[in-house]
Amino acid sequence: MRFIPHTDDDITSMLAAIGLASLDDLFSSIPAECRSREPLNISEAVTEWELNDFMEKLSASMASTPEYKIFVGAGSYDHFIPETVPFLLGRSEFVTSYTPYQPELSQGTLQAIYEYQTLTARLLGMEIANASMYDGASALAEALLMAIRVTGKKQAAISTLIHPHYRRVVRTYFEPAGYELIELPYLENGTTDISPVSKIDDLAAVAVQSPNFFGCIEQLAGAAKAAHDRQALLVVSFTEPLAYGLYKSPGSQGADIACGEGQSLGIPRSFGGPGVGMFASKMDYVRQMPGRLVGKTIDAKDRRGFVLTLATREQHIRRGKATSNICTNNSLCAVAASMYMASLGAGGFRDLARLNYDKAEYLKNLFKTARFKVPFSSLTFNEFVVEFPPNFEVIHRRLMEQKIIAGLPLETYYPELANHYLICVTETITRDDMDTLVREVKS
Amino acid sequence: MMEFPGASGLIMNEPLLWEKGSAGRCGFSLPRRDVPFSPVDEALTGAGPDFPDLSEGDVVRHYTRLSQWNFCVDSGLYPLGSCTMKYSPKISEKQVGRRGFASSHPMIPALLSQGILRIMYELERTLCEITGMDAASLQPAAGAQGELAGMLIIHAFHRSNGEKRTKILVPDTAHGTNPASAALCGYIPVPVPSGVNGILSPDAVASLMDEDTAGIMITNPNTLGLFENNVAAIAGIIHARGGLVYGDGANMNALMGIVKPGEVGVDVMHLNLHKTFAAPHGGGGPGSGPVCVKKHLADFLPVPRIVMEGGKYLLSENFPGTIGKVHAFHGNVGVMIKAYCYIRLMGPEGLKRASEIAVLNANYVKEMLKNVYHLPYEQICMHECVLSDKNQNEYKISTLDIVKRLMDYGYHPPTVYFPLVVPGAIMIEPTETESKEELDLFITAMKSIAREAKEAPYILREAPHRTKVKRLDETRAARRPCLAG
Repeated sequence: MRFIPHTDDDITSMLAAIGLASLDDLFSSIPAECRSREPLNISEAVTEWELNDFMEKLSASMASTPEYKIFVGAGSYDHFIPETVPFLLGRSEFVTSYTPYQPELSQGTLQAIYEYQTLTARLLGMEIANASMYDGASALAEALLMAIRVTGKKQAAISTLIHPHYRRVVRTYFEPAGYELIELPYLENGTTDISPVSKIDDLAAVAVQSPNFFGCIEQLAGAAKAAHDRQALLVVSFTEPLAYGLYKSPGSQGADIACGEGQSLGIPRSFGGPGVGMFASKMDYVRQMPGRLVGKTIDAKDRRGFVLTLATREQHIRRGKATSNICTNNSLCAVAASMYMASLGAGGFRDLARLNYDKAEYLKNLFKTARFKVPFSSLTFNEFVVEFPPNFEVIHRRLMEQKIIAGLPLETYYPELANHYLICVTETITRDDMDTLVREVKS
Repeated sequence: MMEFPGASGLIMNEPLLWEKGSAGRCGFSLPRRDVPFSPVDEALTGAGPDFPDLSEGDVVRHYTRLSQWNFCVDSGLYPLGSCTMKYSPKISEKQVGRRGFASSHPMIPALLSQGILRIMYELERTLCEITGMDAASLQPAAGAQGELAGMLIIHAFHRSNGEKRTKILVPDTAHGTNPASAALCGYIPVPVPSGVNGILSPDAVASLMDEDTAGIMITNPNTLGLFENNVAAIAGIIHARGGLVYGDGANMNALMGIVKPGEVGVDVMHLNLHKTFAAPHGGGGPGSGPVCVKKHLADFLPVPRIVMEGGKYLLSENFPGTIGKVHAFHGNVGVMIKAYCYIRLMGPEGLKRASEIAVLNANYVKEMLKNVYHLPYEQICMHECVLSDKNQNEYKISTLDIVKRLMDYGYHPPTVYFPLVVPGAIMIEPTETESKEELDLFITAMKSIAREAKEAPYILREAPHRTKVKRLDETRAARRPCLAG
């Protein structure tokens, strides 16, 4: 067994040292009625070579880029990843270490996460960010629970233009505690109708997503005012942080908490996970924050160093009274995001964001020119909604056979939006791809 | 001559990202612009983030140097108790990177994602076989989220019976995530004291269990590394009062092919794929915490669930009793692929052998160190053993001093000051992938430290001596938090 180094002699001498006769004796403290009687009924071991062949076949059965042109984002985006990111991220020292509980042996991870927290805070225009959450959805659920702790109130207003899966996760987290969720409808222009907020009495938070699920940019400053007028927090969720390379950050518009999915930042889609839950807030609320935080300090010789800090919020100290139950987070993905942000830099990030915007505008205009309806007039980033003629699903299916996935049907999530599709374009889609899509859709 | 792995070498300093670079550099090859510029609305656009500008070489050197400041299991023994720092097969990393998996989108039709769905389906079935459970969801992104999913399932079960129970029993040896997960689900965690022999007594459970208590969370083996041998009787007590038994599977590395929790009364449990099933820890994640249940709880599992129809794997939302979703998509699929590969490479005999050797290694370490370090519980342990600093206290040496000194010898410290029932606990989990020679050297190092504690305690108090930084001022970090630069 190549992962287990013990020879028969090793085992014999170790058992002798313990004073036992057989490996089975090690389990003598387990009552006989608890012991399994049969061997595990699972597949026999395979060799490395057999595994490779098998996995290659399974991988080949997947619809993947670039053979497939996938015009679907909806919270999972295809972006180019510089080779340096997987290369550096693959270093054993990052991959095979544990949570940095012992800072003297973990300064690499700790500094990398401190840098991630900083770049995240800068990207989102917030004062502080934590060391990561699982994903954008659980980050939103935790943000709303945090707002409830901060304000001592028990209702949250949440835009129907937040990713439907994120809303489902929030409902799941809220269910047993009995906090109330009020869904805010959307306007004709594809943004959230904030007006119902003024009538909610026990309001802890207003949550909107920008760009929202339709790809539209929300009026965050207006949402912030509406929330703050009710002494509630504004929580800004996101699925595409690259948008903040072009559009104003949530923090600069008055967000109290900004949280979302960071998969776009150098992390492969990988069927939806792992990505990274980004979580940032104002410094005032730090003691109510969920998750790990890395802080700067000095060592016994006055040299700069980093540690996990403010642990009195956390489960291993506070147990049942912790701000969250989170322990392991998505640390390695946070480091990937940081490597990606550092690789692009301010200029690269801005330019790439603008390119995504321009590509999406190009395709949007092609659709409009071909007389398809783009029903929501608000500005978008790299996703937008198109209304196709009835029975478009037939064409959608035909295109799939041609290895083109022409957007995500919205009717599943918004029954009133039959024949509406959410279309996504990133820098990985060429002008040719877009021209082909519109030509095929028309035919 | 025995030589410890710890040595001093040249370590490079490296500034923070924004302390280097120069405006105008870029480490990214910007894709070709094949579309014209479109007008933007100046009222909504901003200046973009204030990131440092670095070249590709700047970035590579930065992270290469940072990585060299980390200890990792590929560089040495990492005996963190309850964390199962075993070797992670490299071939599994390659599989995750295959284009079909890495570039697959989670929301396109299932028929275009058969390969990954097959892996997930087979992984669910395999985990059920290993645990003796009937159904599983791979959606929880880490152990604590698996616990939360389990608590939500228990909550939904009671609600489906028209009940709303308010409490849950949690042994005093439990991981902190247990009471935190229970509290997140609205339950009041009620501590159950462990007995004098370190395990739960049925009487203690019976005296606390009532009709207002939703059930019990049991970690087995517990965090003292001991098998809870009353588990079946305890499950009987809980079930008799209408409660459910939650199994924390963080320590499943002791039991593969030995005990199936589902056969000893556990109704719902989670596993940590990044512990037992050899997915690497990544410096704190991503993990994966599948939740496994017995038949009577299957309808409550998160959706979508993978079902097989006509030879195809499909995603079904059609489970009206479901607790809902805990992840935006399907969980940390990349981690699942690694765990699946590990199980395929090990096979049934390999998994059982892993548990046997994990337990052998822990008992060997315990046996060789018990005359030097205090051993609070004498019996045979499972995959980890718990010692303490009691013998060293007379020299005014604490667990912290001992483990900081261990770094100088080239080892990562064990888990310390946990479980809380042992003052100054030193919890050692060697795992099965460490050889006898490696353990012998570690044991020698621990004995040498005990000797130093007596003869030259100042060496320990100022340890570590060979690391890049000395002990860090954690009080200062917490009092004046500086969380961003």
